[in-house]
Amino acid sequence: MAGPINWFSQIVSITKFGLLSIPQRRGAVVATVIGIAGVVTVLVGVLSIAAGFRQAMTVSGSPDGAIVLRSGADSEMVSGFGRDETRVIADAPGVARTAQGPLASAELFVIINLPKRSTGTDANVPLRGVEPAALLVRDNLKIIQGRMFDWGKDEVIVGRGAAREFAGLEVGSKIKVGRYEWPVAGIFSAGGGVAESEIWTDAKVLQDAYNRGDSFQSVSVRLNSPGAFQQFKDSLTSNPQLNVKVVRQSEYYIEQSETITRLITTLGFLIAFLMAIGAVFGALNTMYSAVAARTREIATLRALGFGSSAVVVSLMLESLLLALVGGVIGGGQAYFAFNNFHTSTMNWQSFSQIAFAFKVTPELLVRGIVWSALIGLIGGLFPAIRAARLPIAAALREL
Amino acid sequence: MNENQSNNGALVRVENVEKIFHRGSEDIHVLADLHLQVPAGEFLALMGPSGSGKSTLLNLIGGLDRPTRGLVTVAGERLDQLSDHRLAAWRARHVGFVFQLYNLMPVLTAERNVELPLLLTHLSKAERMKHVDAALAVVGLSHRAKHYPRTLSGGEQQRVGIARGIVTDPTLLLCDEPTGDLDRKAGNEILDLLQALNREHGKTIIMVTHDPHASARATRTVYLDKGQLSNEPVK
Ligand SMILES: Nc1ncnc2c1ncn2[C@@H]1O[C@H](COP(=O)(O)OP(=O)(O)O)[C@@H](O)[C@H]1O
Ligand SMILES: [Mg+2]
Repeated sequence: MAGPINWFSQIVSITKFGLLSIPQRRGAVVATVIGIAGVVTVLVGVLSIAAGFRQAMTVSGSPDGAIVLRSGADSEMVSGFGRDETRVIADAPGVARTAQGPLASAELFVIINLPKRSTGTDANVPLRGVEPAALLVRDNLKIIQGRMFDWGKDEVIVGRGAAREFAGLEVGSKIKVGRYEWPVAGIFSAGGGVAESEIWTDAKVLQDAYNRGDSFQSVSVRLNSPGAFQQFKDSLTSNPQLNVKVVRQSEYYIEQSETITRLITTLGFLIAFLMAIGAVFGALNTMYSAVAARTREIATLRALGFGSSAVVVSLMLESLLLALVGGVIGGGQAYFAFNNFHTSTMNWQSFSQIAFAFKVTPELLVRGIVWSALIGLIGGLFPAIRAARLPIAAALREL
Repeated sequence: MNENQSNNGALVRVENVEKIFHRGSEDIHVLADLHLQVPAGEFLALMGPSGSGKSTLLNLIGGLDRPTRGLVTVAGERLDQLSDHRLAAWRARHVGFVFQLYNLMPVLTAERNVELPLLLTHLSKAERMKHVDAALAVVGLSHRAKHYPRTLSGGEQQRVGIARGIVTDPTLLLCDEPTGDLDRKAGNEILDLLQALNREHGKTIIMVTHDPHASARATRTVYLDKGQLSNEPVK
């Protein structure tokens, strides 16, 4: 009786015949592979936008960082505090301290218009007023060019994402803020996080320039440890003087990115799914024509005693292999075309631009390959079943 | 050699066989209440007009198709009692097929083509090559072992086909118009070969043909017409 070893050798040889016969039907095969590569490129490409955006938002938040907003505010835009409140927040238990005082930065934030490099049209850029602790409250904040602005002076530092996206943000150039022109003292990086899309200045200077009195919109703090969050939160929310909402930095940014990542992901899946349907038909067509071209060959093998299940598995395998070639090509294309491709998009919570880079992550590549495999299997299944069901005697009559 | 023939020595028994094909709403009655017994060691020629059902009968004996009614028994095995899966394994063990158009795999060399049926056995690679060499020697094509079918003449391709048919030493060799596509000279060489296989190696052969030169080589000839067999040609 035919054992499993024998069954595998049947599959290996039938698959080999199929693959060896590809040159004779290369047109259809190449079209199918390209179709599947296209699906994977689009899928991985679009999802890399979401992945890049999410990553930019994720690295923005430090696990021992927290942000305090007015209760009911979803974002800094609609939040507000007076000086007294920010003091209470900075002195709350759980906030880390240095010799200079608590690691808390009360901040405010206005939107200014600057021309985009790519289009020359104006877009919104957040201009954030910060306190000295701001550089310690966030992770990975570094001046990479020029110097820090001087406290109390009309000067700014610019995130490197903003510097890349907008014109006229080089060290030494001046930007228009309201009626004033402020020089750019330096460029900073923030580990790829959202702050890189912002322009920073001294909070007091900004309050004066915009007649904000002594008001702020948020307080960012660094805690003693990630575990200190609950204590910090409880003390603020139970304080009758305050009416605040306390979130971890990491959660805050991820929440901010959710709408847009969901939108991009849904869109990406939708487009890729529609294309995948097309690719399945391409694969179906290729495998049906492969079966048609090999009807007599398959019937001959069956006559010699090769099993119909071996025929099915071999044809599926052939389709799968073709699809995987397409998947790998598509993944490679997406990687080389999109990985670290810099762009910017609207942050829907602050209505300002966020600079980020597409990220073609290993997970996305795996997902692309899985899609291609599914397309190949679905496209191979029906033709393979047809081949296995061919009545041998009738198929042998075909030329 | 493996014939535990139950019934009075016949290797192949076809009893009361009827075969009806359905094409659309139309029924095509090809074989009707047909009987045939083929003793081991016979070289039987099966003749008849085109479309009379010769291939159909051969396919029933070779387990490629099933009769609408009736029994086909080969070497004591009732083919109707085998599942499709077991029937495939049975074919691999017991039947060698030789086709009019050779049906070789174009992407394989002559020796790989001959090796194909051995992939269904448990023989090692070395053992398989030994059988392949022997089969190619029998058909006189050892020197063409590494050639691809398209580089061989029709006669040579058919000899590869015969080598593939006998490489597993099957109980039965079934040939469907093996010389139908060959010129007289190449055809005669094939017939010489089949005759030698029958006489010297004791192969039981059933050969469909409509060439009287071919049937002259057989030990017996039967004629198929209107769904029935007879020992005399129908005028
Ligand atoms: N699979 C099939 N489906 C329908 N009709 C068939 C099929 N196989 C054979 N036939 C018909 O059966 C008849 C006998 O065919 P066949 O056995 O090939 O004849 P022969 O080999 O004697 O020329 C023909 O009329 C043919 O059209
Ligand atoms: Mg015929």
